[in-house]
Amino acid sequence: MDPLISARGLTKRFGDLVAVDGIDFDVAKGEAFGFLGPNGAGKTSTMRMIGSTSPVTAGTLRVLGLDPAVDGPRIRARVGVVPQLDTLDMELSVRENLVIYGRYFDLTYAEAGRRADELLAFVQLTERARDQVEPLSGGMKRRLTIARALISEPDLLLLDEPTTGLDPQARHLLWDRLYRLKQRGVTLVLTTHYMDEAEQLCDRLVVMDKARIVAQGSPRELIERYSTREVVELRFPPDAAESMDGRLNGLADRVEVLPDRVLLYTANGDAASAALHESGIRPESTLVRRSTLEDVFLRLTGRSLIE
Amino acid sequence: MIASLPFGRRASRLIERNLLVYRRGWIIIFSGFFEPFFYLLGIGFGIGSLVGNVSLGAGHSVPYAVFVAPALMAGTAMNGALYDSTFNLFFKLRYAKTYDAVLATPLGVADVALGEVTWALMRGSLYSLGFLVVMAALGLVISPWALLALPAATLIGFSSAAVGTVATTFMRKWQDFDLVIVVTLPLLLFSATFFPISVYPAPLQAFVQLTPLYHGVDLIRGLTTGNLGPGLLVDVGYLVLLGAFGLAITSRRLQHLLLK
Repeated sequence: MDPLISARGLTKRFGDLVAVDGIDFDVAKGEAFGFLGPNGAGKTSTMRMIGSTSPVTAGTLRVLGLDPAVDGPRIRARVGVVPQLDTLDMELSVRENLVIYGRYFDLTYAEAGRRADELLAFVQLTERARDQVEPLSGGMKRRLTIARALISEPDLLLLDEPTTGLDPQARHLLWDRLYRLKQRGVTLVLTTHYMDEAEQLCDRLVVMDKARIVAQGSPRELIERYSTREVVELRFPPDAAESMDGRLNGLADRVEVLPDRVLLYTANGDAASAALHESGIRPESTLVRRSTLEDVFLRLTGRSLIE
Repeated sequence: MIASLPFGRRASRLIERNLLVYRRGWIIIFSGFFEPFFYLLGIGFGIGSLVGNVSLGAGHSVPYAVFVAPALMAGTAMNGALYDSTFNLFFKLRYAKTYDAVLATPLGVADVALGEVTWALMRGSLYSLGFLVVMAALGLVISPWALLALPAATLIGFSSAAVGTVATTFMRKWQDFDLVIVVTLPLLLFSATFFPISVYPAPLQAFVQLTPLYHGVDLIRGLTTGNLGPGLLVDVGYLVLLGAFGLAITSRRLQHLLLK
């Protein structure tokens, strides 16, 4: 089957700035696909090109088999967009936001109204239908934005940092709704700089850094390929960590010294921390955990994701 | 590239959106009716009582209020169209990001440009209609050609809205809008609005004839006083071209600002 999105050598330049530097990727139908990377890695520029609201500078891009340069309106008719910053219509009520957005997609008022009520229930905003948008909480606004993106029953949903700035409870509610959409067969493409989000939602993802793709695969594959099964996190008193470096080397496959902590990459965390203890090293705290995408990112770029 | 869609096919969606917004705020729209009416009373009749008759040329002379009223109607069409194509458009463009959301749908910049310009000219036309009714009721309409004054006011609204929209796309902050007043106030005062163009020395007359509101005033005054001539066709041509030019530039500007 043809991929829903296909990019080859996709490039975006703003004057001298190269925002996206010749990336290749494919997104299959029904998949949840993620772009993971720090701010400025080129994620949003890529999303906007896919959504046909930003022209491609070079390379080829096909969305739903169509070329955005020629068929922008036809692509946009089948794509739902959740932008990074909410662009809800502050001059309209919650429900009107959905209805008029439906009109932009040529729905009749009756159909737009029917879908608006359904979607308000889906994102748990039915009680707020007649309210103004401004007083809604951040999480509610995000949910309304997602509902708005779904009014056209899109084949593809683009979410640019869907949970940035939300509290944990609001994030979990949002993830739950996105998971349900995925189960209904909606293809999700999202950007995030949250590792847990990528692990929760994405079947497959690409790690972006400095306008390029540095790795791709499923979260599991990436962890297996670029990290160890477990990680021991050590905290030392200020300035003590650097002097530990040499003494820690033999205890793990790889040692990563960060400003606030030291990470030991190892297949067996408990064994490593026992060995640590035996060698007389006494960190302020020791934590054994499973490897995450955060570790993958650190390995690939030498930097933490959120600095 | 500008209009991937048939030009403006979905522009009416923006008008629907604005109707929905103003359904709650109709009182704001209503307030715009009064300003020209007050001018008419104060200047048309008040000062008019000191002035007496004004010559329209060719031995044709009319009471001052009959002379001033069509000019106020033209100014109303312009001002009415500028409300939504300046401040309100700026808010939607720069702060509310309304069009970023719109352009993620099948709508394009041409739809936005045409939709917003049309909405703005509708508002200008609405005020003009109200004013024309008042003029008729006060006996200031002396020719049946005045029926065409309404479409003429729509045309003034069109060119004003288009130019206002273009100007707004270049604005960077609210203070920049002081420029709108710096431009519109002299237009309202000096476009042969309150006195005939014959008052000016010849070189200045030529200059005034290059400015847009002069043609709007000339057109509506010709129709409500029945003082017809080929010059009115020049007025129409000028306003159509100005509006079409503004609309085309607006699409380009929106493309530049929003679809980077």
